[in-house]
Amino acid sequence: MEYSIRIGGEAGQGLQLIGGVLAKYFVRAGFYVFSHQDYMSRVRGGHNFYQITFADRLLESVRDTYDLLVALDLPTIALHRHQLNNQGHILYDQASCGGKQEGEEFLDIPLALLVEELNAPRVMVSSASIGAVLAVLDLPLAPFQGIIGDFISKKTEEIVASNYAVANAAFVYARAHYDTIPSVPVATLADAPLMLINGSQAIGLGALASGCKFYAAYPMTPATGIMNYIAGKAAKYGIVVEQAEDEISAINMALGASYAGVRAMTGTSGGGFALMTEGLSLAGITETPVVIAEVQRPGPATGLPTRTEQSDLLFVLHGGHGEFPRVIFAPGTPEQAFYLTNKAFHLAEKYQIPVFIQSDQYLADCQWSLADFDSRLLYQEDFRLRGELLVGLESYQRYAYTESGISPLAIPGDSEHLVVVDSDEHDEDGHIIEDAPTRNLMVEKRLFKKMALLREEISPPLYYGEHNPQAIVVGYGSTFGVLKEAVEHLAGEFKIGLLYFSEIYPFPLLEQFDYVALLKEAPVTICVENNATSQFARVLHGETNHRCTYLINKYDGRPFTLQTLIGEIHAYL
Amino acid sequence: MLTFDDYKGQQPSWCPGCGNFAILNTLKKVFVDLAMQPHQFTIVSGIGQGAKLPHYTKCNTFNGLHGRTLPVATGIRLANNHMTVLALAGDGDCYGEGGNHLIHAIRRNINVTLLVHNNQVYGLTKGQASPTTPQGRVTKIQPSGSLSEPLNPLAMAISLNCSFVARGFAGASGLPFLQEIIKEAIRHEGFAMVDILQNCVTFNKVNTFHWYKERAYELEAGYDPTDRVEAFRRSLEWGERIPTGIFYRNDRPSYEQGLTVLKEDPLVKQALFRKDMSAELAQLH
Ligand SMILES: Cc1ncc(C[n+]2csc(CCOP(=O)(O)OP(=O)(O)O)c2C)c(N)n1
Ligand SMILES: [Mg+2]
Repeated sequence: MEYSIRIGGEAGQGLQLIGGVLAKYFVRAGFYVFSHQDYMSRVRGGHNFYQITFADRLLESVRDTYDLLVALDLPTIALHRHQLNNQGHILYDQASCGGKQEGEEFLDIPLALLVEELNAPRVMVSSASIGAVLAVLDLPLAPFQGIIGDFISKKTEEIVASNYAVANAAFVYARAHYDTIPSVPVATLADAPLMLINGSQAIGLGALASGCKFYAAYPMTPATGIMNYIAGKAAKYGIVVEQAEDEISAINMALGASYAGVRAMTGTSGGGFALMTEGLSLAGITETPVVIAEVQRPGPATGLPTRTEQSDLLFVLHGGHGEFPRVIFAPGTPEQAFYLTNKAFHLAEKYQIPVFIQSDQYLADCQWSLADFDSRLLYQEDFRLRGELLVGLESYQRYAYTESGISPLAIPGDSEHLVVVDSDEHDEDGHIIEDAPTRNLMVEKRLFKKMALLREEISPPLYYGEHNPQAIVVGYGSTFGVLKEAVEHLAGEFKIGLLYFSEIYPFPLLEQFDYVALLKEAPVTICVENNATSQFARVLHGETNHRCTYLINKYDGRPFTLQTLIGEIHAYL
Repeated sequence: MLTFDDYKGQQPSWCPGCGNFAILNTLKKVFVDLAMQPHQFTIVSGIGQGAKLPHYTKCNTFNGLHGRTLPVATGIRLANNHMTVLALAGDGDCYGEGGNHLIHAIRRNINVTLLVHNNQVYGLTKGQASPTTPQGRVTKIQPSGSLSEPLNPLAMAISLNCSFVARGFAGASGLPFLQEIIKEAIRHEGFAMVDILQNCVTFNKVNTFHWYKERAYELEAGYDPTDRVEAFRRSLEWGERIPTGIFYRNDRPSYEQGLTVLKEDPLVKQALFRKDMSAELAQLH
C-alpha cells in the first residue's frame, strides 16, 4: 500500500515548507517516505512541485502518478491533473486558483480566508494546507506542533501556536466538509525511528564521520547543500568552512589545508569542477589527499541549473591534465553516499590521491527514510606521519620510493623534517628535476604502483535477480532506487536482474564476482543512464569489452520515474 | 643559533645578475634575524623565476601552480595557524593569473606574508608584458607596445584596506631596508604585501638596477603609515622618484582571530575522529 502527494505552485509559495513538514510527519508517524523536488532556477514565481510518497515498505524512487494534488495556484491544476490516479483528489483554494473548479475530485478549502479570519500572516497558508491534507488523510494534527518549529526561521512559542491554530482551522473545515480518503495505508511503526535524509546531508554527515576538518567551496547548485550541512556542524566538530572566491581557490585551499595535515574536502557542480581541473592535477603530482564532491546538473555550461543529469562521468574520469591515479564513487542512496564518502576520505589519505564522490541534483535533493547509519562500520584510520613517530625518524623524504608507491605523509612543523612538495616533476626530496630516469621512477611510483593496489580496494557491483537471467539491467549512481524497483516489478513476469555499480573507478576486479561472465551470458543487457550519450556504457565497454544490447537514456533534466521506466525496459524484453 | 649557512638550499638556476639572488640572500638574513627554524615556517610559491626560491633555501615548501599561491597559503594557515606562512610570487603570477585571489586574501586579512618579485615582465616565459609592464613597452607579443595601463599594486592594496602594504628595492643600496621591511611584514599579524622592485637582466632592459637606484628613496622618518589617504597619495608617486618603505598598516583583526574553532588549538592539533554520531542521526529523525 502506498500513497503519493504532489504539491505544486510558484517559487515563494511555501512548497518547501509544506513538503518538508509533511515528509517529516509521515516518517515520524511510522511510514516509509520518499520525496522529490522539481524546481526552477528562480527565487520567486515560475512553477515548482514537491512530491512525497509514503508507504508501509521501503520506497526508493519517484512515482509518475499521485493520489492527492495540492494546488497552490491555477497552473498546477492545468499542468498536473492528468497524472492524478483514478480515485485521486485535488485540494485547492478558490481564492488562489481562479475560482471554483467543477468536478468530484476537487476538495475546495478556503485556506486564505481561514488564515485571514484568524488574523494570521498570509505566509501561514502553508500551515493551513498541511492541516487540510492531514484531515483528508484521516491523520491526527497533534504531531504537526512538534515539527513546524524546525521549518520556520523564528521559532517562538507564539509563532508555533499561531501556525497550529491556522492548521487546525483548515483541519476542522476539511473534516466538516469532506469525507476522509479511504485508501491511505496504515503505518507500520518501525522498531526504531527512521531518519529522513537527502544525499547532500548524507555526504556532509560522511565527511563529519571521517574527520574532515576543512571544507572550501564556491556556492553552486546543486552542490551547496553539502556545504550548508557541514557549516551547520562546523562549530561542534571543529571544522573550518571557507567560502572561497572561486572554485580554483577552493581546491587550492583544500590542498593547502591537506598539505598542512588535516582532512580536506571541496564540492561543486560541473562548471565549478571545470575550474578545478588544474588543481586536481596538482593534487595528482603533489600526491595530496583531497575529497571532491561533484554534484551534477545538466550542462553544457549553465545548462539546467536546478535539474538533474549523469553527464559528467567521463569529465570527472578524464578531468585534469597529465596522468595520475584517482578514485570515483557514484552513490545511489544516502546510505551509500554516507559510507562511500567515508571510504573516499580513507582512500584519499591512504593513497594520497584525489577521490571523487559524484552525486547529482536528484540524489542531492531527494529524501529517503532510512534506518540509522552504523558508526561501527566506518573507516577511521590515521595515515599521517605525525608526533613522536616523525620526530624519531633519522631522515625524511616526502616522495621516498617505496614498495607500494606510497611515501610517508608527514605533517610540516611536527618535527625538524622538512616537507617539500612541488607541482613540477621532482625527486624524492620534492625538489625540481628534469631528468628522464627520475621522471620514470616517479610515474611508476605514484601511478602504476598505487593504481595496482587501489584496484584491490574497490568493491564489486551489486547484483539483484536470477542466476541465469534473460535480461540484465545495468546502471550506476543515483538511478539505483528506480532501477531496483523497476526490476523488482518486472521480476514477476521475466527472468531479470539488475547489475549496479557505485564504485566506478578503478573499475572493479572480477575475482570476487565475475560480473562480465554474467553479462556475456545474458541474452539481453540494457544500460540505463540519465544522460544522452551512455557514458557509463562506454566506460563498461572500455573496461570489460562488453557492449550492452540496448541503451535507455534520459536527458530532459528530469529523473527517471518508476512507471515510465518499467514501460521502457519492458519494451526490450 | 642559526646562521646564514643553515638556510643553504639547492643551487639556483637564475641568470647571473638576477635580482632574485639579492632577494634570496635578504630573506636568509631575515630568517637568521628572526631565528626562524626551517621547519617552523612554510613558503608557498607559484610558477615563475622568482617562485623557484623556496628550493634554494631550507623550509617547508609548497611550490604549487602559477597564480595560486594565496589560496594554498590560506589553506595552510587555516589548518595550522601556528605555522608561519610566506607566499612568493612573480608580478605575472600574483597580479595577473592570481589577481582575484589577491583581492580576497587582502579582504580576509589572512596572516600570510606575500612577497612579490616584481620585475615588470614575464621572466620564465621569456619576456611578455606583465600587469606591471609600463604602457608602450615593446615585446615580442606586443610589437607596437603594451596598450594597457600598468597596475599599481600598492594603490590597489591600500584601497582595499590591506593591513600591511610595503615596497622594497632589491638593488644593493635597497637591501638593508628591504630586510627590515620583510621582518616587519612577517611580524605583522594579518595579511602583509611587500612589492619588491627587481631587475630582470635578460628581458627588462629598461628597469635595470641602475634605473631603480636613480629613483628609489626611503619614505621619510616622520611618515605616518596609519594615514590611509596619505598612503594612497604616496602610492601614486612613480617616475622620477619612487618611494620605498611601509606605506600603510592597520591593526584590524586577522581572519584566524575571527574563527572560534581556532581559539584553542590549530585544526591540525585537534581530535581526529569522533566515534559517536548519534546526535547527528537523531536530528534527522
Ligand atoms: C596556468 C598557467 N599558465 C601559464 C603558465 C606559463 N607561465 C609560467 S610562469 C609565467 C609568467 C611568469 O611571470 P612572473 O609571474 O612575473 O614570474 P617571473 O618569471 O617574472 O619571476 C607564465 C605565463 C603556467 N605555468 N601556468
Ligand atoms: Mg615577473
